[in-house]
Amino acid sequence: MSVLDVRNVWKSFGDNAVLQGVDLTLNNHDVVVLIGASGSGKSTLLRTINLIERVDDGQILLSGDDITDPRIDTDAVRARIGVVFQQFNLFPHMRVIDNVTLAARKVHGEDADSARARGTELLERFGLGEKLRDYPDRLSGGQQQRVAIVRAIMTDPELLLLDEITSALDPMLVGEVLDLVRGLKDAGSTILMATHEMAFAREVADRVVFMHGGRIIEAGTPEAIFDSPQQPETQEFLARVTHR
Amino acid sequence: MTDGAPQAHQVSELELERRHYRSNASRRSILIAVTSTVAFVAVVWVVLVNTPGWEDVKYTFFNWEIGKDAFPSILEGLWLNIRALFFAAIGVAVFGTLLAVLRSLRGPVWFPLRALATIYVDMFRGVPVLIVLFLVGFGIPALDIFPRMDAAVWGTISITLCYSAYVAEVLRAGIESVHSSQRIAARSLGLSHGKTLRMVVIPQGVRRVIPALMNDFVSMQKDVGLISVLGAVDAIRAAQIEVAATYNFTPYVIAALLFIVISVPLTRLTDYVAARMNSREQIGGVV
Ligand SMILES: Nc1ncnc2c1ncn2[C@@H]1O[C@H](COP(=O)(O)OP(=O)(O)O)[C@@H](O)[C@H]1O
Ligand SMILES: [Mg+2]
Repeated sequence: MSVLDVRNVWKSFGDNAVLQGVDLTLNNHDVVVLIGASGSGKSTLLRTINLIERVDDGQILLSGDDITDPRIDTDAVRARIGVVFQQFNLFPHMRVIDNVTLAARKVHGEDADSARARGTELLERFGLGEKLRDYPDRLSGGQQQRVAIVRAIMTDPELLLLDEITSALDPMLVGEVLDLVRGLKDAGSTILMATHEMAFAREVADRVVFMHGGRIIEAGTPEAIFDSPQQPETQEFLARVTHR
Repeated sequence: MTDGAPQAHQVSELELERRHYRSNASRRSILIAVTSTVAFVAVVWVVLVNTPGWEDVKYTFFNWEIGKDAFPSILEGLWLNIRALFFAAIGVAVFGTLLAVLRSLRGPVWFPLRALATIYVDMFRGVPVLIVLFLVGFGIPALDIFPRMDAAVWGTISITLCYSAYVAEVLRAGIESVHSSQRIAARSLGLSHGKTLRMVVIPQGVRRVIPALMNDFVSMQKDVGLISVLGAVDAIRAAQIEVAATYNFTPYVIAALLFIVISVPLTRLTDYVAARMNSREQIGGVV
């Protein structure tokens, strides 16, 4: 069974039809990268999957459960999905360790000591062991974003959504965040991510999905999309972002 | 990054000279401040003492003997003010937060509660505290549905009702200043609406309005003196009784001084907290 199954999803904001019949499937351990111009609907798609936006039509299944069913417990669904946004939305009034363990403690009912032990271990593994007791504003952008990722994977989500997690970072700091994502891929996470980092997309993606005007125009292996794009929109977009 | 051992650095002559100049300059400013303060107080004193009615004023308002006799009963009255303040502060914290949360609720289901909270806040922010005291303190007991309670209790309730409205508005402003991305981040972790409010939104919102809340507390500290209009024997009432007995106003001055003494630590603290919060937001500080 697929981890994520997006079926003919539609979404408008007023007259603006932002998603126009999107279909997308992720199997276990898949890393799928969404590319496309700004405004093409990547974030909106991620937000509908996380139930921050409600779909106008279509269905989204998470490990077989229809999460667009209004009778579903939305908090429980969100607890099964890890999300990291472009702006590092750490909680500024909590220390790094408390940010990371909040969901484990307050949503999953893990006791504080064990959550703390696991959080410490994860942060140490990703080179953040020194920062446990700091508040987020003492961290660099790259460190903050790595903490946000650790916070998202702390509860072993079935699916990880990453929305342009390096776009707000200094170029110098992008590498450390992408390294962490590589590590997650190697550990077998199922990841759907939107990014402008084409080189990274080519490297980690099992599948690249090109969106344009709220539709998926073309999808395939990184080689197929980057080396021999078939659709004129894809060709034009790639020509623009790679300056060819 | 500040990793690695700091290198030993020999401070230059130029910097030493600048430091020397700065420390001289700051010593000079302190001297100027002290001198001008002393001069100012002396001028006021001389002018005051030479006014035609000074001897009368001194006798009526600054009478040591009468003040000394009145002091114990005023102090005892002040103890009532402090207790009233204590309970009112707790009441305001609870009721004010409740009102703020009700006003922040979204969605049509909550309309009645939201509307009620809004009407309440509008009403109690508009009515003078004194009128609330009269209406609650004399009106509610007259209904004969509550057991007889001390005037101080009704006074404390009145103060709580008024200040809850002010505090609710301050808290609401704080809650709404928390960016929606914080809410979204919390909900994305699976936190319920209530937990998001309690653990993410309210702590951040309250932090931002701490100086404003402390200001409200300071003004509540003096407004608890208004319970005297209901006949509660607080510091003001105790002073009034002494005044009536001696035809001398010194007890009022004593009461005023006592109110100042209990409020000064908090007003200073409020300034300090506000300044610290400002300086944390603006790094740098030459200008
Ligand atoms: N909450 C919203 N309200 C109104 N319009 C929105 C909202 N969110 C996104 N949009 C619009 O949807 C379109 C797609 O946006 P988005 O999904 O953020 O694209 P991308 O992430 O690919 O840049 C844009 O035109 C944007 O203005
Ligand atoms: Mg986007």
